[in-house]
Amino acid sequence: MASAADTALSRRADVDAAEEIMELQMGPSHPATHGTIKFNLKLDGEVVVACDVEVGYLHRGFEKMIEQGTWTQAIPYTDRLNYVSPLINNVGFILAVERLCGIEVPPRCQAIRVIMSEVSRICDHLTCLGMAAQEIGAATAAFFMIEGREMLWDIIEAVTGARVTISYTRIGGVTHDLTPDTPDRIRASFKHVRALLADCDALLTRNRIFFDRMVNVGVLSQADAISYGLTGPLLRATGVSYDVRKAQPYSGYERYEFEVPTGTNGDNYDRFLVRFAEMEQSIRIVEQALRDLPDGPVRIDDPRYVLPEKHEVYNSIEGLMHHFKLIMEGAKVPRGEVYQAVEGGNGELGFYVVSDGSGRPYRCRVRPPCFFGMAALSDMMRGHMVADIIPIFGMINMIGGECDR
Amino acid sequence: MGLSAGELLARLREVFGERIIDTHEHCGDATAVIGRDDALVIFETLRDRPDFAFSMLVDVTAVDYLGETPRFEVVYHLHSLSLNHRLRVKIRVPEDEPWVHSLVGLWKAANWVERECWDMLGIRFVGHPDPRRILMYEQFVGHPLRRDYPVDKRQPLTPERDPIEIGWKV
Repeated sequence: MASAADTALSRRADVDAAEEIMELQMGPSHPATHGTIKFNLKLDGEVVVACDVEVGYLHRGFEKMIEQGTWTQAIPYTDRLNYVSPLINNVGFILAVERLCGIEVPPRCQAIRVIMSEVSRICDHLTCLGMAAQEIGAATAAFFMIEGREMLWDIIEAVTGARVTISYTRIGGVTHDLTPDTPDRIRASFKHVRALLADCDALLTRNRIFFDRMVNVGVLSQADAISYGLTGPLLRATGVSYDVRKAQPYSGYERYEFEVPTGTNGDNYDRFLVRFAEMEQSIRIVEQALRDLPDGPVRIDDPRYVLPEKHEVYNSIEGLMHHFKLIMEGAKVPRGEVYQAVEGGNGELGFYVVSDGSGRPYRCRVRPPCFFGMAALSDMMRGHMVADIIPIFGMINMIGGECDR
Repeated sequence: MGLSAGELLARLREVFGERIIDTHEHCGDATAVIGRDDALVIFETLRDRPDFAFSMLVDVTAVDYLGETPRFEVVYHLHSLSLNHRLRVKIRVPEDEPWVHSLVGLWKAANWVERECWDMLGIRFVGHPDPRRILMYEQFVGHPLRRDYPVDKRQPLTPERDPIEIGWKV
């Protein structure tokens, strides 16, 4: 909405007041921005004329650190990318490594990865929408959504042993099988989450205040969104039906039936609706995966990549040797390079990994989806009020760990 | 579905001929190596020709092959939304002249990722409108993702002090 800026500028000419462009620095530790980020704003009254976004406050050398350890030691680092849905990062990284190794994981492992990824995606969207609602005053909806997220995080904790820093995947499989009661717990939680979502829908979707704050705010055209390399809900809100899970299915996503919700205007409200609708689709995927959950092992049986069972380590020389080699030298990933994209909570999460054939990654580049959203942020903000910065920023859903790495 | 990796590379060689220095296919990913002088023309054709239609610049990064000549490889990932195929394009650049042309005029996404590539690996993007660092701070010296940058090197903005030396009681 460049017109607001234009009218503000033309009003300046009419009113003969000593107004001038004001510079305001918002952040890096602003209470309303969840994530450390700085906006260098140029304001005309309350209207944003220009905005220079500074990121990098949470940079901790992720790509450099990965080059120091073995491939398996890189997995905990991936937890700390998008720490609201760490499972999707784990899966993305490990799929890239497995493609280099030419590993096909057992069907049960694929299904478990899909289930856990989708549960994480729901958590991610619940957090994003809950926080966005709270920032414009709808605290009730935020508490409902966080309640839903806690239920799902409890399940993740029961399966993986941790809520956030889970490191659940390994080359060729996952660390643990689902607990026997997990399917029932997930089904029970979904019943509750669906009820919470219906309440949030009633609270927000047709709420006059919410509507006025979200509609036509932060609009980005389809052409701009593509040019900026936006993916995920931000791109789908402009009407492009691109989802990595449909376009280039991985981990058996082609077996499940789900829709890719899209918007039309590319504004904040459409981003909200797309995320909201995606949660229902994720629930559908998990329900199908639980219904068809195959039996069998959750990791491959290949001593080159997978640690032997403890009783083999203590009782056989081969087991001890494999264990020692894998821990001290790391799994030898064949020489080569691969780019693997997965659909993260915020869009296409890509891992470009290069191996020189030794036990350590030569290079691991992460393509963080929200970094591209942040690049487009100043275009989305131009012409809007200062108070609109927070909802626009909230709908990009920047996760510092992923954006700054 | 778009072209498979093999078909895509064959089409590339047909269209660009000699300007494609090398192609290879690995794990289903198509890779083409081009020269940096042809880069802008080739990228524009890749974006605009309807049988390529690479509407999205997915990523720009570089890999430092320390000890090899040329030392750096700038790596671009392209994706076509309409045809659903992917391509990796590489440009090899030498250590003493680590620059390529900026793609900001073709894709807006290039702006920030190229800044990051400059910041992390010291590849200069000629024609970039805003070539600042992005993740590191302005005063930072060097490029941390180069293989010869020590992993434990510290560059604090204010001098670090030993708590014992300055007399802190624990």
